[in-house]
Amino acid sequence: MTQTIDQVFVFASHWLTAYLPAVLQPLGSAILSVAAVIVVFATLFALTTLMERKGLGRMQNRYGPNRTGPWGILQPLADGIKSLTKEDIVPLRADRAVHFMAPVLLVAASFMGYAVLPIGRNMVIADMNAGVLFFFAVGSLMELAVFMAGWSSRSKYSLLGAMRAIAQMISYEVPLVLASIVVLMQAGSLSTVAIVNMQATYSGIWPHWFVFTPWGFAGFILFMIAATAESNRSPFDLPEGESEIIAGYFTEYSGFKFALFFLGEYIGMFATSGLAITLFLGGWSAPFSFLTWVPSYLWFFAKLLTLIAIFIWIRGTVPRLRMDQLMNLAWQFMLPMTLFNLITAGVWHFMPGGPLRWLVCSTMVVVPCILLGRGLKHNKKFQVRTYRYSQ
Amino acid sequence: VVGEGILKGMAETARNFFGSYVSKDRLTTVQYPEQREPQIEATRDFPFLVYDGADWQQGLRCVACQICEKECPPKCIFIEKSKDKKPDAFGKAQFYPATFNIDISVCMSCQICVEVCPFDAIKMDVDYRLSSHDRFGGLLHDKQRLAKSNQYYNAIHPTEAAAVDAQRAEEQAKLDAKAKAAADAKVAAEVSRAQKPPAQPATGEPQ
Repeated sequence: MTQTIDQVFVFASHWLTAYLPAVLQPLGSAILSVAAVIVVFATLFALTTLMERKGLGRMQNRYGPNRTGPWGILQPLADGIKSLTKEDIVPLRADRAVHFMAPVLLVAASFMGYAVLPIGRNMVIADMNAGVLFFFAVGSLMELAVFMAGWSSRSKYSLLGAMRAIAQMISYEVPLVLASIVVLMQAGSLSTVAIVNMQATYSGIWPHWFVFTPWGFAGFILFMIAATAESNRSPFDLPEGESEIIAGYFTEYSGFKFALFFLGEYIGMFATSGLAITLFLGGWSAPFSFLTWVPSYLWFFAKLLTLIAIFIWIRGTVPRLRMDQLMNLAWQFMLPMTLFNLITAGVWHFMPGGPLRWLVCSTMVVVPCILLGRGLKHNKKFQVRTYRYSQ
Repeated sequence: VVGEGILKGMAETARNFFGSYVSKDRLTTVQYPEQREPQIEATRDFPFLVYDGADWQQGLRCVACQICEKECPPKCIFIEKSKDKKPDAFGKAQFYPATFNIDISVCMSCQICVEVCPFDAIKMDVDYRLSSHDRFGGLLHDKQRLAKSNQYYNAIHPTEAAAVDAQRAEEQAKLDAKAKAAADAKVAAEVSRAQKPPAQPATGEPQ
């Protein structure tokens, strides 16, 4: 019975595609899965925008939206209607074709990553043997879309925003990939399905998630910091930078194209969160062996919602960084830490299991972190800032 | 330790998040259309015209002297003086404004019109719900829209209105006294004139 509930979507898909001729069955199955992913994650986007505004409001001791419908739950609908009915303005001197293509490409690229995310047991659109590589390759398409938007708008703010976005996304792609390599080293596979299957085993009641190892924990934290920067979210939202460059690379967009940028940003955030879940948090597997009767996709979405809540929490807490702080964090802290982490993962692999391995590997993570933090603080000169042009 | 400050900050925001559901004191938001903050007495936004008695056309204190129109820095007041005269609150025949318009989209709420008015005819209102679907006509307030009773003035600015009323009552009393004195003098003169002829023989009596 629990098996049936767990596999209900797989069975439904098989049952529906059985009506098609055999030649069209793979295509029909793919279209069905893609439609499901688009509907589910677009709905999650609508929910998240509301939850984010409510949550941020509560963190600042405000109510948040509470006017449209009971407790403001119809707010996403109102936002959608508003953005659909707004005038779509294209700047006179803009490159119209590229200006139109940028949001479309952004949304398309952000949705493509879901092809390799196992949402539940046997629930993955494409089980590629280079799944993680595919995910990162598609993820870097978003940078292209952002740059297209900034360049085609012919606006100084857009261009500045795009430049910031490119600098930031390329810088953080390095620690993002390096932080996930530890998992690939341990799993010995690039296939997301294989990685999750490896973590979905238990010793006693405890699962074998990679986050419960020293290198996995450090990797997870580093991955999440880099993912926050990749998805341009606060505190790394310099490309938008409302206070200095209006809305960054999508300053010149209005109406539904503007909404598409938001959609792409959130879908990208869900996708990287999904990858973090797949790599470190055991994908669709239950956190305890006695909870395996709960359908696997529910675990995936529970973990995803938790990570989204943490993203919102971080956004409500941390102020935006300066450009030099952003770059220093990426190249002076994140990059050395991910490299140390690679060594730690290697040591973990070759040491015999036991408390000693835990001790050694934990030390290898904690000591560089503290020393690096101290060193970076030590090199920093605190002084009264002088401004060249204002005196 | 790296990230210690971020953890502290996150504890603070978490405290806010859960605290805002527990204690109502944390939520300082006043939910506007249903709830309103009480206004302080000195609140002011746009001017209005005060009238005495029940009829706004009869009781308007304004005598169309046009001082406010001339003093208004952004020139938002437009007055047309009447051709005829009618008695004001003190019973004196005065001109009255045939037209009195204030464009509140131009008005900057400086209160100079109120300060220069010698007749206490124009005062500052407190009503801020003035949005309109018509951005020209809807924001150009005419005489009828501007006219508000002295009772209303007393309700919105009690202290100031009481002082104005007292001063006006004093002036009225002075005028009354003057009129009474004049009337008395007149009566006395008449009486003395009437009494004069019989008095003359009386003066001549001792002679």
